[in-house]
Amino acid sequence: MEDMLFYDRLQFAFTITFHYIFPQLTMGLSLLIVFFKWKYLRNNIEKYNNTAKFFMKIFAINFTMGVVTGIPLEFQFGTNWAKFSELTGSIIGQTLAMEGMFSFFLESSFLALFIFGEKLMGQKLHFLTGFLVFLGSWASGWFILATNAWMQHPVGYEILENGKFVLNNFGALFTNPWLLPAFLHNQLASVVTSSFVVASIGAFYILRNKQTEYGKLFLKTGVVFGLISSVLLAFPTGDWNAKNVAKYQPAAFAAMEGIFETEEAGAEIVLIGQPNMVEKKLDNKIAVPNILSFLTYQEWDKQIPGMDQFKKEELPDNVPALYYSYHIMVGLGTIFIAVMALALFFLWRKKLYSSKALLWTIMFLVPFPYIANITGWYTAELGRQPYLVYGLLKTSEGISPTVSSGNTLFTLLGFVALYMLLGLLFLVLVGKTINEGPKPQTH
Amino acid sequence: MEIFWYIIIAIVLAVFFVLDGYDFGAGIIHLFFAKNENDKEVITKSAGLFWDSNEVWLVVAGGMLFMAFPTFYASVFSGFYLPLIIVLWLIIFRAIGLEFRSQFKYQMWKDIWDKSFGVSSLLLALFFGIALGNIVRGVNLGGVKDGVSVYEGHYFFLPLWDSSFSPLSKTPGVIDWFTLIIGLISVVTLTIHGANWVILKTNSSINNKLKNIIFKLNIVLTVLTIFSLIVWQIVNPNSLDNFMNNPYLLLFPVIYLAGLFGLFFIKKIKKDIYSFVLSSLLIVGGITSSLASLFPVLLPSINKVNVPLTIYNTSASEYGLSVALNWGIIGFILLFVYMIIQKRLMGGKIDKMDYGH
Repeated sequence: MEDMLFYDRLQFAFTITFHYIFPQLTMGLSLLIVFFKWKYLRNNIEKYNNTAKFFMKIFAINFTMGVVTGIPLEFQFGTNWAKFSELTGSIIGQTLAMEGMFSFFLESSFLALFIFGEKLMGQKLHFLTGFLVFLGSWASGWFILATNAWMQHPVGYEILENGKFVLNNFGALFTNPWLLPAFLHNQLASVVTSSFVVASIGAFYILRNKQTEYGKLFLKTGVVFGLISSVLLAFPTGDWNAKNVAKYQPAAFAAMEGIFETEEAGAEIVLIGQPNMVEKKLDNKIAVPNILSFLTYQEWDKQIPGMDQFKKEELPDNVPALYYSYHIMVGLGTIFIAVMALALFFLWRKKLYSSKALLWTIMFLVPFPYIANITGWYTAELGRQPYLVYGLLKTSEGISPTVSSGNTLFTLLGFVALYMLLGLLFLVLVGKTINEGPKPQTH
Repeated sequence: MEIFWYIIIAIVLAVFFVLDGYDFGAGIIHLFFAKNENDKEVITKSAGLFWDSNEVWLVVAGGMLFMAFPTFYASVFSGFYLPLIIVLWLIIFRAIGLEFRSQFKYQMWKDIWDKSFGVSSLLLALFFGIALGNIVRGVNLGGVKDGVSVYEGHYFFLPLWDSSFSPLSKTPGVIDWFTLIIGLISVVTLTIHGANWVILKTNSSINNKLKNIIFKLNIVLTVLTIFSLIVWQIVNPNSLDNFMNNPYLLLFPVIYLAGLFGLFFIKKIKKDIYSFVLSSLLIVGGITSSLASLFPVLLPSINKVNVPLTIYNTSASEYGLSVALNWGIIGFILLFVYMIIQKRLMGGKIDKMDYGH
């Protein structure tokens, strides 16, 4: 039983982590593509249209990857989490089915038109199809976040005698106080990723001194979008989410902030430290007193319950992983703001395109928004443990009763091998596209 | 309300098989009959432009099944664990074959992804048929051993095959001689359907040859159909009851037979769209007839201990089903609009269209 739970969790964690490399780029990138296309409509400079089309190619590769790694996720609810599906399907099935109905159809119908139909339909319609693709991909994020919000903070349900959750208030799924902050935070994070990707490709073009015209445009746009989104990511949305966790999941809050013992006169904020689960304390701690209480409740001496206030079975089962995920996310988010602010300052002083150190930094920073996005999701998901539906349904109660750990291990290995191949192809193809660059093709 | 959602999901599934069916079929045609580079390219394109929006129908069918019949979804997806995951892998191979073929101009690169597209299309067509065969045959619900359930009565787990390969075994696997026959029917049907699609959408050099192939395959399909109807009776003796009691359900087999009969005149049919409609009738008729023969059962039980899964004992709450109806209607209207726009812009032959450089 323990084995089954472990492999089911590992497989889902693996497949969803790999999947989320792609949508986080496509959601944000669709916004930037719409922006470039809109600029082109306004100023009619070919460069903007070529840029939109160039990023569309990168979008398309990511989209394919997102689709093929996304279909397994929907199926895995049933294959590996059958009990969870059976008990909660009448609720989360709503939002998942709506995702298919309202976003996938929209996205896939107009993506083909956007990619292949420019000549068929003129610029205004082409812009519109691009906008609809953007709308579809953000709607997809909305429904997935609505599903996740329900698991984090269940609303609008009742539980029948046989343990099944049934919906009694459809509207509540979308007015869930968890949903809006989580959605905004998540979408902004995807804008950060795509801004960094755009800026990084720009930096690369400038550094190698080829297609520098485009390089400058990419870099400038990436830096502006990147700074705005990184700031909004921290405040207000990051702050808002942290307050939600403190309010609705106090045990998770204690664990992610690394508060082992409750302090009477206000909680400190931990900057650095390693959770020591044996002695129940943080090793090598650097912390600033009372800041956490202030940030969370705007009261310097407000008491925040530490992990000592909760029973072991209410606490997340992997405190260090949760703590590190959260701190890595926050730390990286801070670095993003700093680098992008610096880059904008240089841009304003007209030095950005010639300051090699900064260009190299921006270019090599590109994996880190991905890491921040994924550790952000780990924070949410590890924080929800040991529950699938917070406070109501344990993770161990959700797995498929009939699928043995050996079978799951077999399929997990299959997924690992297949996804390694996918990852390799992805890198080759994206690398090739970037190398060719946005120069109009001469047929 | 259960019946209503059952019908909606059946329609979505039928549409999925008609739409994605043609690109599976195109893959099979591509694998066996496309010889020169131009044909290979346009056939890939005829699937590549559309597979993604077609596969959304599968995702939506899955989502609706999850929402409306969560117990069935949970039971079947975990019970058919291995074949389902293999289907997922095949879907991945097929998609990357379609999408990445034209990224490089090297012949070897193209050959690899051509095979990836073709072979996985073939295997998927086979697996979808096998799946239908399993639904018709039923499974050992509850994993009954010596008259006692090992799991809760609505759960089961099927191995890929049982050493007897017989549908009459007490613990049949996913693949047995009966499900293989249904799988074969599925392969032949989708090959015909895919050939019609290629003829309809492209000017490939093998279009005329394909008409011959459709004619021959149709003979094979007729033989297989007759044979399968006989063994169907052995595997599921009650399969005609619904039709006896409600003769109007015979409409569905008639749809199938109309498609089968019409396709014998493939060489005389002037408009390619008509032959495509005929093979669509085959698919729609085949799926709906199978479902109608089972109704209201979703998955028969082959033991006496546990009752079959039906639309009534696996459905979600009344409230959930009726609220979903509201957004479902809005969704379908929107979808209809998208399809019209897409049709207007991407109708006709696709040979000249831009496809990935």
